[in-house]
Amino acid sequence: MKNFFQRFPDSLIRIGAVFLLFVSAILFVRFIIPSSLKNEEEHVKATIERETSRSVRYAGSDVCADCHEEYNVKKLGYHRNLSCETCHGPAKEHSENPTETKPVVPKKREACSLCHTYNPSRPTGFPQINPVVHNPLKPCVTCHNPHDPKPPRVPQECQACHAEIARTKAVSPHVQLECTTCHTVPQQHKVIPREVKASIPGDRTFCGKCHSKDSPAKETPKVDISTHGEKYLCWQCHYPHMPEVE
Amino acid sequence: MKRRKFIERSLVMLAQFGVMGGIFRRAKAELKDYDPSKHYYGMGIQINKCIGCGKCVEACKAENGVPKEPFFFRTWVERYVIKKDNGVTVQSIDPRIERSYEAFAEKDILRSFFVPKLCNQCENPPCVQVCPVGATFKTADGVILVDADRCIGCRYCIQACPYGARYLNPETETADKCTFCYHRITKGLLPACVEVCPTQARIFGDVKSNASPLARFKRMNKIHVLKPSLNTEPKVTYSDLDGEVR
Amino acid sequence: MNPATASLYELLKQVTGYIYPNEIEVHWGILVVVYPYLTGLVAGAFILASLVKVFNVKELQPVYRLSLLTALAFIIIAPLPLLLHLGHPERSYEIFLTPNFTSAMAMFGFVYAWYLMVVLLLEIWFTYRRDIIIWSQGEKSVMRWIHKVISLFSTDTSEKSVEFDKKAVKAITIIGIPSAFLLHGYVGFIFGSIKANPWWSSVLMPIVFLFSAIVSGIALVILLYMILTPLRGEKISIGCLDKMASYLFYAVIVDFSLELLDFIHRLYESEESIKILSELVMNRLFISLGVIQVMLGMLLPLGVMICIKLFRFDEELRKLLYFVSVILIQLGIFATRWNVVIGGQMFSKSFRGLTAYKMELTGFEGFFMTLVLLILPFIVLSILIKILPPWDRSVERSLGERIA
Repeated sequence: MKNFFQRFPDSLIRIGAVFLLFVSAILFVRFIIPSSLKNEEEHVKATIERETSRSVRYAGSDVCADCHEEYNVKKLGYHRNLSCETCHGPAKEHSENPTETKPVVPKKREACSLCHTYNPSRPTGFPQINPVVHNPLKPCVTCHNPHDPKPPRVPQECQACHAEIARTKAVSPHVQLECTTCHTVPQQHKVIPREVKASIPGDRTFCGKCHSKDSPAKETPKVDISTHGEKYLCWQCHYPHMPEVE
Repeated sequence: MKRRKFIERSLVMLAQFGVMGGIFRRAKAELKDYDPSKHYYGMGIQINKCIGCGKCVEACKAENGVPKEPFFFRTWVERYVIKKDNGVTVQSIDPRIERSYEAFAEKDILRSFFVPKLCNQCENPPCVQVCPVGATFKTADGVILVDADRCIGCRYCIQACPYGARYLNPETETADKCTFCYHRITKGLLPACVEVCPTQARIFGDVKSNASPLARFKRMNKIHVLKPSLNTEPKVTYSDLDGEVR
Repeated sequence: MNPATASLYELLKQVTGYIYPNEIEVHWGILVVVYPYLTGLVAGAFILASLVKVFNVKELQPVYRLSLLTALAFIIIAPLPLLLHLGHPERSYEIFLTPNFTSAMAMFGFVYAWYLMVVLLLEIWFTYRRDIIIWSQGEKSVMRWIHKVISLFSTDTSEKSVEFDKKAVKAITIIGIPSAFLLHGYVGFIFGSIKANPWWSSVLMPIVFLFSAIVSGIALVILLYMILTPLRGEKISIGCLDKMASYLFYAVIVDFSLELLDFIHRLYESEESIKILSELVMNRLFISLGVIQVMLGMLLPLGVMICIKLFRFDEELRKLLYFVSVILIQLGIFATRWNVVIGGQMFSKSFRGLTAYKMELTGFEGFFMTLVLLILPFIVLSILIKILPPWDRSVERSLGERIA
């Protein structure tokens, strides 16, 4: 054994000893550390447990139906897909303790205008108003029931079925035009709408009645229809219910 | 005497059963027999439905205790305005901080829309790859979680996330991010942002399922993901995604 | 609200364009700038030392031990800024308990331990062993014991053992060079492997880091040599200085070419990120990159050194020019680290906007802490020089007397 060591230089043996000491110290430390600290799987389990045990604040709509009749009204109206908590805020506590905590009941105009103020970034067809001119200072609930929101007036004939078009047109420059200005509607269309259809304009001269250079109409944007986009029909570029041209 | 005792005992026993039953029921409702290997979660986002109301941002902060300051978000909504001169303006909508959205002259706008953003729960998550201590990981049901007890706060994951979805929680000094509301989805509830979205712009579900709103979303739409070139394979997919969105 | 969050409102005013809302904070601040700067000095100083042993560059003998000690002093301090910038420094041991092997950062502990233990300490020990034994023989009390412990109570000063020491040093140096490359190349990889960040994500990053490390390391040793030698009342060896400057010159040329290549490559490929990166360079980084890093830290010293090579300046003027050049180079390399680390976080990953970085004065991430961290290695170095004087010729002299 001694011979074996003598074959190596003294310095190498000393360094080797220190190195061994280090390695064994590291191994020892690793050994005495409880495995729970090193075990990745246990950490993952603990995290998942911690995450899943966090408290829920939004109860989900189904819970509301148990006690609140308004739910049945809501589920038939335009707000049918709206969760109760979208407007009333987180209500898990209320569902567990109905008498002690009450969810918010938004009554201000801002609560509705958050979604319904006109914004050019919003999808066309989404019902929007300009809150400055739309019955200012009046709370929305005086005319609209938020659980069954409808326009307070009886819908005009076309709008009843073509609501999306009507809404789009309502914020477009064509808002003043009656549907019948461009479409002739046979009486039968109201009875068997798919068999008898309303007419649609046939050619460029129809739009030209108001928009051509020599049209007598006032304050409409005018173009020379003999040169402007000559080989296309007007509505191939301009959506007549929302003519997006300055 | 005997009878009274009998009744007393029965009442006590009944009460005990009741309590036990209550506990049992509660335990069943809370824990259920959740098997993570049976699920794999994803989200579909219909950009054409988002109205930019910011309810999701609000609900997320309330549900998950995200710091209120406008520098910490698990989900946020971007507003894109692409003008006719091809200039692009992007804002992050924060309904509590700035209710007024920057105004643009209607005639300057070419197209405009809102884009909800959140952690993409990538299939190949770069954040998990770089975490030095393995404190962030992918669960069996496909959600990326952070172990706040072991995160050392080196912020390498924040640097590695291409989507800016992570932040350093100022209270815990650890990395934090969207968990798809892991505490809700494991109980069969929807994530808070999905729950409150008034227009169903967000569709949450199981990517494995063939019959679900998410499956329908994928069938009916042309879908896309954010930054596909980075090969992170997000499980948050978008329909109607504009090329300007990054 | 904590004050750090409050300060973010101030930053909000300096944001231009659109950034993701979570991106306002520059997460890796000045401390993470200091970290690669210090590690670079370690790698550079070591590589300079290796030149002596591996390539037998005789002229550099006077700075061999000094560069080794410099590398040691800086590597002892190098992990400190990294530790201090953590949100939870007290949890840093986790990196050894559950290292994530796909993480470049997790490998830090291992690369560092390998380099410190296996390379630097061993080389220094074998280099100094005989001298320490001889010193300890002529000393009293504390110093004697320090030296005895450091020498691991070795007493063998025979020709044979000294011969073995020399062989060992050579072997370690040969392992050491790739290790030094690994140490700093790895630091570059931490940044270069982040695909989300186009400013960082580059295959050249580790190599650029490496060469800038060599540049800064050599420049530092030149600076130390030029300051310490007159302090000890000795004469600077102009041969040694010229040789070091010559290596520095080549290293600067390689470094400059690599960075230029990176720049041209980015510009020529003009990927999606090019617009925001140009904006970043022209606005936020104009001073630190255009003026300090490129003009002052690279082109000016390069010009000076070309002039020294072309014209035969006298010794004194050369010394002065070297001195100015190496200080400029240090400044430039620090700016390089700043531009990589801070610059890489000042643009949004939406490629639509820029945020800003404001260094605090006090606090862990502040200016004073940075100063302390930059001065600390020099304090460590002065202690090391006390214990292991790199220029003590007494041993040679006494040996010479013995032979005579």
